[in-house]
Amino acid sequence: MKVSSSATHTENVPKDKHEAQAASSPARDVTQRFVYPDDRNMERPFDSRQLVRLLGFMRPYRRLGVTALLLTMLGTAANLATPYLLKLSLDMFDPTIRIMGHQQLRSQLIVYTGLLAACYLILFLSSRKRIVVTNLLGQYVLRDVRQTLYAHVQHLSFDFFDKRSAGSIMVRIINDVNSLQELFTNGVIQSLMDVFLLFGIAGIMFSMNVKLALAAMLVVPIMVVLSTKMRITVRRAWREVRKRSARINSHLNEAIQGMRVTQAFVQEEENQIFADHLNNDYRQTMIRTSKMADLLNPLITITGGLGVCLVYWYGASLYRQGEILLGTVYAFAAYQGRFWEPITRLGNLYNQLLQAMASSERIFEILDTQPTVTERVNVVILPQVQGKVVYDHVSFAYTAGKPTLQDVCLEVEPGQTIALVGQTGSGKTTFVNLLCRFYDVTGGRILIDGHDVRDVALPSLRSQIGVVLQDTYLFSGTIMENLRFGRLDATDEEVMAAAKAIGAHEFIQELPQGYQTQVSERGSGISLGQRQLLSFARAVLADPRILILDEATASIDTETEKQVQAALAKLLEGRTSFVVAHRLSTIRNADCILVMDHGRIVQKGTHDELMRQLGIYRDLVTAQYRFIA
Amino acid sequence: MDVFLSLKAYYWAYRYTGLTSLALVVLTTALALVRPRLLSVIIDSVLIEGRYERLPALAFWVFGAAVLQGACHYGRTYLGHVFGANVVSELRNGLYKRLQSLSFSYFDTARTGDLMARLTGDVEVFRQFLAFGMAGLLEFILMVSLGLIMMAGLDWRLTLVSIIFMPFLAALTIRFHHVIHPAFTHLREAMSDMSTAVQESITGIRTVKSFAREPQQIALLRERIETFVARHMGMTVIWSRFFPVMELLGHLSVVVLLLYGGMQAISGRISVGTLVAFFQLIWMIIGPVRQLGYQINNYTQSLAAGERLLEVLTTPRTVRNRPHAAPLDSMQGHVVFENVSFAYDKKHLVLEDVSLDVKPGMTVGIIGATGSGKSTLVSLIGRYYDVTKGRVLIDGRDVRDITLESLRRQIGIVFQDTFLFSTTIRENIAFARREATDAEIEAAARLADAHDFIMETKDGYQTLVGERGLGLSGGQKQRLAIARAVLAQPRILILDDATASVDMETEYAIQEALRAMPQQCTKFIIAHRISSVKDADLIIVLDHGRIVEQGKHERLLALNGVYRSIYDVQYQDDPTKSVTATPAVSDPAM
Repeated sequence: MKVSSSATHTENVPKDKHEAQAASSPARDVTQRFVYPDDRNMERPFDSRQLVRLLGFMRPYRRLGVTALLLTMLGTAANLATPYLLKLSLDMFDPTIRIMGHQQLRSQLIVYTGLLAACYLILFLSSRKRIVVTNLLGQYVLRDVRQTLYAHVQHLSFDFFDKRSAGSIMVRIINDVNSLQELFTNGVIQSLMDVFLLFGIAGIMFSMNVKLALAAMLVVPIMVVLSTKMRITVRRAWREVRKRSARINSHLNEAIQGMRVTQAFVQEEENQIFADHLNNDYRQTMIRTSKMADLLNPLITITGGLGVCLVYWYGASLYRQGEILLGTVYAFAAYQGRFWEPITRLGNLYNQLLQAMASSERIFEILDTQPTVTERVNVVILPQVQGKVVYDHVSFAYTAGKPTLQDVCLEVEPGQTIALVGQTGSGKTTFVNLLCRFYDVTGGRILIDGHDVRDVALPSLRSQIGVVLQDTYLFSGTIMENLRFGRLDATDEEVMAAAKAIGAHEFIQELPQGYQTQVSERGSGISLGQRQLLSFARAVLADPRILILDEATASIDTETEKQVQAALAKLLEGRTSFVVAHRLSTIRNADCILVMDHGRIVQKGTHDELMRQLGIYRDLVTAQYRFIA
Repeated sequence: MDVFLSLKAYYWAYRYTGLTSLALVVLTTALALVRPRLLSVIIDSVLIEGRYERLPALAFWVFGAAVLQGACHYGRTYLGHVFGANVVSELRNGLYKRLQSLSFSYFDTARTGDLMARLTGDVEVFRQFLAFGMAGLLEFILMVSLGLIMMAGLDWRLTLVSIIFMPFLAALTIRFHHVIHPAFTHLREAMSDMSTAVQESITGIRTVKSFAREPQQIALLRERIETFVARHMGMTVIWSRFFPVMELLGHLSVVVLLLYGGMQAISGRISVGTLVAFFQLIWMIIGPVRQLGYQINNYTQSLAAGERLLEVLTTPRTVRNRPHAAPLDSMQGHVVFENVSFAYDKKHLVLEDVSLDVKPGMTVGIIGATGSGKSTLVSLIGRYYDVTKGRVLIDGRDVRDITLESLRRQIGIVFQDTFLFSTTIRENIAFARREATDAEIEAAARLADAHDFIMETKDGYQTLVGERGLGLSGGQKQRLAIARAVLAQPRILILDDATASVDMETEYAIQEALRAMPQQCTKFIIAHRISSVKDADLIIVLDHGRIVEQGKHERLLALNGVYRSIYDVQYQDDPTKSVTATPAVSDPAM
């Protein structure tokens, strides 16, 4: 967060204009024009408990894991055998021991060739199977992690979503789980194998010749340093480049979306300066990074060359002394070359683990969050609701010590319409949220037909209460599917009947594909008022006994306004309804109006009763009409 | 290749860097082939013939070649990166410039996702090709041809035998990339479906929970995950069908080489050193051949990417300064529409024969149904689009004869869908006038009734908003956008449904403040609520692109037409009619 540095000293208002510009000049710095906070933490220190917990997800698939391990072992063994077979073949040509006749040599060669072919065949078969098995294992584990995480999130209560942006939850379920893929697909199995491979190579080398083996191992420490220490530095350096690239992308995305604003206010040049700055920063970081990072591979080449040089030189002198055979020199060079891969991969594994730590920490943080609204032990299924609702000395606070509702009492008879009126923050929405148990009361209780809402099963409670929210959320899919969200088993005819009842049928018919028109969260040619009609239809389809309605404050198209009002009347008919109301027509017709102020009910009564009193209600109503009077 | 020629301007300045990098590829490749040759000499001459005095020099050259190879490799990759970074910067720069100069109509139809894919994905593909792809192709050609030459120089028969599988390998790798590509696209689609499911159910969580639909959402995601897993495994199966076979073909070369070469060596037709050199050389060819499919794929993709980038770079600019356009200094704000018609596409008119005369300082209210042309009408003032017929005049001059810059600088607009940038509240308000003082910014915020809520945020005016910043409500965003427009000190102010998400009291306060603005300013206010426009000097009622009614509030009410019917819907039962009004609430802000 770059911005924090300049955050504090802009409060004082300077008297003179020049001074003003001087005083706040750091904020004028063009590089501060837009701020793109960098991505989340990508690495965490190693934590073995967390790793164990993560590996726990592999438990159900341990048979797959064992199969993968066995297949990998088989392949590795076959792979390790091949240089040895070549060594044996070359040994036949060693002038010091050339005692066999040509015929013998030929048959010997055929045997070796056959064995070599057999090894390659084993490798072929095992890797064919191994690729499938390891991927299956990885995908199953990831699937489970994702599914568990998602199901858990679905059951978390509203307070969890209040505190976080949808984006940050998204990132965990998608990106953080993805970043574990490599670890589960190859990481775990492969690293076990690599250890096996390293010991295998070392074993073979030492068994061939201890002295030459020691000589060949001389470069191993350099290899280890290069492939762990330097590789980490290199990766971190590249991450800096990616960060800059991500910043450019964020800006581009925003520049496109905000292009109208930019052009309308003629800010193209200023934006260009900012973009140039980002672009140059990227270019320079990229060049600086590759200057260092591109050293890694050449250094590996040189170290490899040094190793080979040592093996040839020392190998030749050992050969001269008759300690080793011809093929051994070749075999050492070949095996030494194979040392690289496992060391590099193990170095990478360490990198992967650090990244997995960061991801899994975020995943577990969610998994460890408990829902605040939970089912009690002896819940009953809420029977068919009649619609009598009682608030019995209800209090609620989002944060302790700051009550949002205080000692609210109310009795509502089945079929009544209650309108809630009051300023933003007076507790209207909280009042209705408690009824559906989106939050639990902190004091008192709420009864529906005499049942405490906390004593009934959540699905039976919520499925009998319909909520129409202020911002109608449409899922991507057809209009039909969106309406059916209200009742999943509704037939097409029932859906259409609901739309007709609410007066939405006409405009749906006029859409290009009628009920089959694809809609999405944004745009798609449906006005705000029409969206609201859709959500009314959804509620009609659900046919709840209790209805909660949060009327939109946003102005609705003049042409749909009438329809919405008619639909509303239809919707409220015969249901116990709570309406957070803005339209005077709704308020007027309510059986009871609750005027809320600072979490308390300050006035209660019908429109006419309340208009006769001097108080908040009368003030609110007249204030609205003053604009028109 | 046309694509690369057309993009020449972006890389020509860096051609020497690129060429040096390619030259070093040649050296690196040649040096890589030195080691097998040295090994064969060591075996034949030193070990078998016993000329040990040659060993130090040969061993030294093994190391020396590696050092040289490393150095060349370093130069090659580093210069490749530098070349790629420079060219991509130029390219991005060009793209950005072009995008900024494109007209509103382009952004109406262009999808952000698609554009972003070009600006990020395609640019990166192109960079990769410049940095490594070209070098890779060159390396393939060199490695294979030099390797073959060297092998043939050692023994041509053995060469033929050992490369017998290469054509199959090459064909297979090309085929592999052909098949894996669609599978990969499929996988990405499944991934995006999965993300969409998660995103929707999280953003719509309140709807989900209020209908108790958690089980269905979980089931939906399970389905998407299963599809993803299935696609992934589908790709894995392709991989498992091809990859081991490609590996096996390489290995078969070694087997054949051992059998045939061994026999030859036994009968003394070739030396052992030659055989060993072949064992090493064969791998140097197998490697690049296995990469062939990737290289070709990379090349075709970068061609396609380049084409898509060119498309953006050559998109024509529709609204631009005419040659004789002159700036309009200190605008008075006299706006005249003269028989203006407008169509986004050739077919149907959004505005039809609209005439209007707005005197400086007047407030115009515009009301009408969705699609009646309200937003279009006001977009023509700042020349966001050009009229199809007729003229729009400001202070008596056709807007097309005024430079865009001077025209737009004097117009402040608040768009229907409020857009805030990812930066501080302060920077957002001061977007059009970064040199504004804190006092001016605060005054603008106060005017838009935004100061109070800004001060309630954690860092006040330094609070970050936008995509990753603090989430603001629709009404709060609108108020910031109003402050932004006001701070620009416009002579014409346009509010396109700019107070839709703020409540009536706040809207009233903002309108009062706008009225009291010190400088003279012509205002256009688009609204749905009668209350937003009723005090305007002129109210226009639009219907299907035509002005059907215009005049002051009282006059329009008396007309008993469209305006009246809108009024009746919104105020059918004014309760204050039946009771004596009490004094208004003094502070309507919440």
